[in-house]
Amino acid sequence: MLCEKCKERPATVHYTEIVNNQKREMHLCEVCAREEGMGSFGFFPQLDLHNFLAGILEPEPAGIKVRPAVVRCPACGLTEREFAAQGLLGCGECYNHFGARLEPLLRRIHGATRHVGKRPVRATAAAGRQPARQDTGTDEIARLKAELAEAVAREEFERAAELRDRIRALEQKRK
Amino acid sequence: MALKDTLTNAYSAWMGAGPEDDVAVSSRVRLARALAHFPFPHRLRREKAEEVIHAVALAVRQPEVVRKVGRLELVRMTELSPIERQILVEKHLISPELTREAEKRAVVLSEDETTSIMVNEEDHLRIQCLLPGLQLEETWQVADTVDTALQSVLAFAASEKLGFLTACPTNVGTGLRASVMLHLPALAMAQQIKETLTAVAKLGLVVRGLYGEGTEAKGNFFQISNQITLGQTEDEIIANLVSVTRRVIAQERTARQALYRERREMLEDRVCRAYGALRHARMISSEEALRLLSDVRLGIDLGVIQGVPRRVLTELMIMTRPAFLVKLAGKDLPPFPRDVYRAQLIREKLKQF
Ligand SMILES: [Zn+2]
Ligand SMILES: [Zn+2]
Repeated sequence: MLCEKCKERPATVHYTEIVNNQKREMHLCEVCAREEGMGSFGFFPQLDLHNFLAGILEPEPAGIKVRPAVVRCPACGLTEREFAAQGLLGCGECYNHFGARLEPLLRRIHGATRHVGKRPVRATAAAGRQPARQDTGTDEIARLKAELAEAVAREEFERAAELRDRIRALEQKRK
Repeated sequence: MALKDTLTNAYSAWMGAGPEDDVAVSSRVRLARALAHFPFPHRLRREKAEEVIHAVALAVRQPEVVRKVGRLELVRMTELSPIERQILVEKHLISPELTREAEKRAVVLSEDETTSIMVNEEDHLRIQCLLPGLQLEETWQVADTVDTALQSVLAFAASEKLGFLTACPTNVGTGLRASVMLHLPALAMAQQIKETLTAVAKLGLVVRGLYGEGTEAKGNFFQISNQITLGQTEDEIIANLVSVTRRVIAQERTARQALYRERREMLEDRVCRAYGALRHARMISSEEALRLLSDVRLGIDLGVIQGVPRRVLTELMIMTRPAFLVKLAGKDLPPFPRDVYRAQLIREKLKQF
């Protein structure tokens, strides 16, 4: 497949995005992908630590009584293996749950394990649990209604009218 | 309306005049913040992601927030065309990452574009403030104010011991990433860039070329930022970055003076050729534009070229990026007509001076 921008080089970068419920696929060569800003400038160096982190979680030191394996974060369900693969934690509670195992990693990254900067107003999440999983039933209609409220607040009446039509159409379909 | 201006006008407040702006183009502070009680964005299903966006949309409209930080506007990525999203990237207002999985993401912009908050990027909120020149302390103050105001209406995930909790452990604690964008053409010409940047890296900071990889930065723009976010206060992090940045700025100025003293004709020739090309060329690729704009910028700093404000060059740098060109042209442009159009835009802009 040829790059759809320059139509010269083979497309090696593929991605999909969804705009107004329409799927759009892009197939670009590396040169054009770079021009399109994948990897363009202006942003904080995302330290390429995600890969580096993989597998770095300290194994339990030998000789020490092994604690029962910490398998999953009780709040979000993230497993240690998922963390090792992605380098990302799943929720605030993960820090609590994987706490002791994270310390060597934090020491390696930051040379420290304690925050000394600005004090958060509410130090909540790590101590708390996820709130009862209320299924809000936020479906497409609710989402559109939220957007509608915002559009009205911003006095974007054209967009509001369009949203109202979409909501009506969906509600009709429901009946 | 503000958003329309943002998308049609390449100029942004961060391109204006600022302290040390012969070398320092802009200062940026980013704070990573997560909402308590929500999984981090990479584990959010679409409906939950929507709840986060909604919570932020409501928060930025609260009177106590507006009173402290001014009017903020939330825009969903789905409301923008791919080109418009890319324009926000080119203006440094959002990251390329935010343009992916658009249905889960949004951005909050202040009217003067100094503050932008990315919603559901790697963290639920990424508060970013951008000011011209070397003004890291001031930029941090703006970000701090926005953060404090938002904390009066939103509960951020945090712990006593680790401070602000983030999806990636590299950001935990302060969640602060401060950076400064520097234009270092003389160090590059004198082939001292590698040494300088290696020294900076040894001081625990991260250096990155903009528009390109490593030390091969096109247009000679480099970004220096802190790496550590835990175990240091925000003031310490900023102070360290400022002190290192000042040393790099001093070195660049020394290199400029030495080049001007010892290679004056060569330098003037290079700068004036670049200026001539920009004023008269009929086709310019984006790479060439960056190189020429860098040379002319140096010419302005050395007083060889007069009458063109620096901000115009920064503006041209943004205007001639691919998405902006398409937006200004009003249609998609294949590479060949794109280079023609780019040259035309530059000529017209420079004709005003
Ligand atoms: Zn291509
Ligand atoms: Zn978790």
